[in-house]
Amino acid sequence: MLELALKGSKKYYGWMTLLLGVIGGGFVFYLWQFNFGLGITGMSRDVSWGFYIAQFTFLVGVAASAVMVVLPYYLHDYKAFGRITILGEFLAVASVTMCILFIFVDLGQPMRVVNVILYPTPNSVLFWDMIVLNGYLFLNIIVGWKVLEAERNGIAPPAWVKPLIYLSIPWAVSIHTVTAFLYCGLPGRGFWLTAILAPRFLASAFAAGPAFLILLCLLIRKLTKFDPGKEQIQSLAKIVTYGILMNVFFLVCEVFVVFYSQIPEHMDHMKYLFFGLHGHGVLVPWMWTSVGLMLLAIILLVNPITRQNESVLAVACLAVFAGTWIDKGLGMISGGFVPSPLHHVNEYVPTIPEIIITLGVYATGFLVLTALFKIAVSIKEEIAA
Amino acid sequence: MKRSRRSFLKIAGISALGIGSKPILNAFSASAPQGDTPQPAVMRKPEALTAKHWAMVIDTTKFKSRDDFKPIIEACHSIHNVPELKNKNHEIKWIWEEGYKHAFPTLENPYFEEKVKDLPFLVLCNHCENPPCVRACPTKATFKRESDGIVLMDFHRCIGCRFCMAACPYGARSFNFRDPRPFIKEEKINLKFPRRTKGVVEKCNFCAERLAVGQLPACVEAANGAIIFGDLADPDSDVRKLVSTNYTIRRKLSLGTSPSVYYIV
Ligand code: SF4
Ligand code: SF4
Repeated sequence: MLELALKGSKKYYGWMTLLLGVIGGGFVFYLWQFNFGLGITGMSRDVSWGFYIAQFTFLVGVAASAVMVVLPYYLHDYKAFGRITILGEFLAVASVTMCILFIFVDLGQPMRVVNVILYPTPNSVLFWDMIVLNGYLFLNIIVGWKVLEAERNGIAPPAWVKPLIYLSIPWAVSIHTVTAFLYCGLPGRGFWLTAILAPRFLASAFAAGPAFLILLCLLIRKLTKFDPGKEQIQSLAKIVTYGILMNVFFLVCEVFVVFYSQIPEHMDHMKYLFFGLHGHGVLVPWMWTSVGLMLLAIILLVNPITRQNESVLAVACLAVFAGTWIDKGLGMISGGFVPSPLHHVNEYVPTIPEIIITLGVYATGFLVLTALFKIAVSIKEEIAA
Repeated sequence: MKRSRRSFLKIAGISALGIGSKPILNAFSASAPQGDTPQPAVMRKPEALTAKHWAMVIDTTKFKSRDDFKPIIEACHSIHNVPELKNKNHEIKWIWEEGYKHAFPTLENPYFEEKVKDLPFLVLCNHCENPPCVRACPTKATFKRESDGIVLMDFHRCIGCRFCMAACPYGARSFNFRDPRPFIKEEKINLKFPRRTKGVVEKCNFCAERLAVGQLPACVEAANGAIIFGDLADPDSDVRKLVSTNYTIRRKLSLGTSPSVYYIV
């Protein structure tokens, strides 16, 4: 089936070449970082994780959200999603690929990465994160591939795939839970030290992931002969609606606890993010934009008239995606580091090289995504023809 | 025991991965502990200082001014090849000065005079009894030595993920954002202590390398009696006596890390 990814229109080749160009650019800058060290990024002694880890966190959510198409189809026998489960699974593959790359480019000594396997350390959450991420990647590659192959040949997928599909459901929840545990188990970081962090991560994931999938579906309908389906898109839209409502609700819970208890170690991070602290507040406009986008999305999604209009829905999905991206990809990580445990306010802003490397990783993800979607869509077209 | 388990895991890991050719594996298995052959032990020099639980008491009443800190910081940083980086983001420090409100942010008192709030304190890794950095490290590059409680680092194993930095609630850890070597002054290089490479984390090691040859930590030597070091598990040690008869504070006790650095105020 791989050959399907190699044959395509001019547009397809153009897009892939563009992505390869961005990847190349990112790679050149990565070589620089590899030579010089992480000093070319904006990270510091106080903010020791930055953009890379934030993107990783956000994308784990996008990956986990595949469960939102797999679960209704396989557990509730919601037939309509049969058409698009493959898209969800392949989106997960591309996202996890990016996650692993983001962790990799964040390492100070990438050549030693196998030490995590050579000296397995079960008390470290990062050890478990490595296991669940790689496991999830393989599950989705195998399941997606086998089901698609069977579909192409007009037969039922082999029986051994079923248990893997069921396994992938709790596994999806686990990847984002374990990723939240990276942060929420750390004693001195009040911003993350909350039991609601994993639920919050999942809620924003179940909003952002399906929102992105809707946008991809609309795009596929435009560009190819395969129509993912109106009903499918509307069902996804309802999932996005519940997801974003829950995400904002959890945020409200967080804000209440933090500001009613007035415990400084917890409150100061929120203050920094939304109002600025001791005269520092690069993220303030971003955070309010994020809140604004999420509220706008809620208005557009809750109202059935606007939700059912696909152009408005596209706007709402963009708002959800951008809003949750700012929240997690910008605020969540550096917000936890500012102020520092010694209560110094050292801000973090990513540098240009850091952003170019980040774009390179995203381009790699989109390359994988495009190739996989191309295969899936070609087969769907083949079957329809 | 700890050591043999570590090396066993290493061997198991390597053989599981199938790295290396047969002769190498044979060499490994020849040195691996087998049955009742005596296990290799760490040889201690007879002059080595030992303890069950190394701890430090910093008597802040003995410091007259900030200038008293300088020789102490200097002693530690030059002995350990700590580079001097101008860029604050890349700064590396093992022992340094913080104002009271930063060293003890949870013990702030709004009615303290500004002078008191900014009162300088020496801070360093606390060699916590229950260290979150050790819990977080995915490679055991950061570990607590069970024999004496010192929290140590293996610079050669560290992958630079910086999870330990996020986990430490005292900001005790520094990361080598770039090659530190050009920033160590030529005349100050101590060839007896390793210099680090870019991409690894580092921090105070309670001068484990000096204890091993019978010397007290460099900061203790340079402090003219203001820093006292000893075995907290020994009821007759100086540190134990000081801690039991003086009012001492430790940093962020409520987090359950149980620091081994005590401050007399
Ligand atoms: S002070 Fe920080 S680095 Fe030192 S042992 Fe405690 S947690 Fe680890
Ligand atoms: S940076 Fe090094 S010492 Fe710290 S957690 Fe990662 S591997 Fe362990």
